[in-house]
Amino acid sequence: MVSAPALRVVVQQEDFKLDDLLAQMRHGRPQIGAIACFVGTVRDLNQSDTVSSMFLEHYPGMTEKSLEAIAQKAIERWKLESVSIVHRVGLLEPLDQIVAVATASAHRQDAFESCQFVMDFLKTEAPFWKKEQMADQTRWVQARASDDEARERWL
Amino acid sequence: MLVHMRYFASLREAIGIDAETISLPQGVNDLQGLRRFLAARGEVWSEAFAEDKALRAAINQELVKASASLRDQAEVAFFPPVTGG
Repeated sequence: MVSAPALRVVVQQEDFKLDDLLAQMRHGRPQIGAIACFVGTVRDLNQSDTVSSMFLEHYPGMTEKSLEAIAQKAIERWKLESVSIVHRVGLLEPLDQIVAVATASAHRQDAFESCQFVMDFLKTEAPFWKKEQMADQTRWVQARASDDEARERWL
Repeated sequence: MLVHMRYFASLREAIGIDAETISLPQGVNDLQGLRRFLAARGEVWSEAFAEDKALRAAINQELVKASASLRDQAEVAFFPPVTGG
């Protein structure tokens, strides 16, 4: 059975269940033999400060387009059956899930590599911004040079 | 030329607005010119759009280079480097 790779992008406030995401990806695609997934979560500590919550702002419209374009690039570069990206926005607390990226393929190498690729581009191109709430102040998270370097290795 | 501006995150907070439509004066046809035009508004604008400030830009919801040219009715967004994931 041959079908075009499935691409799913969701931006939402609500939490997500990884099990459901994977089940949806695998449904009707017995050719899948490997799924790599990454889940990003809210830490309670950043730069030695205790973070009580964070707010994720984004650019509605561009966010979805940007994530779809990144998933599409992965599909063109690796042999993939399915790519799913879920990213939360709004108010999040330590232990909360922020993002899930899952890539499915017949074999693990394509799944592993493309999952990293999608995350490296998401971190540097998708229009999200984090604002952290500490005990007595708020601060915008600064972009890190190491994230740019992680993206550049794919170019 | 009319452009529909969007501002996000720390930049939005610094200048106090998230969107506006601007009628650009003659001679402002690219992002660099637009950035200088906004910086020339003075006060919080000159600092937020200072040349050494790391800002990213999108035109019609696609990331573009700092030198990209503008079209009438474009949606132009400025924002700090992204920090999602």
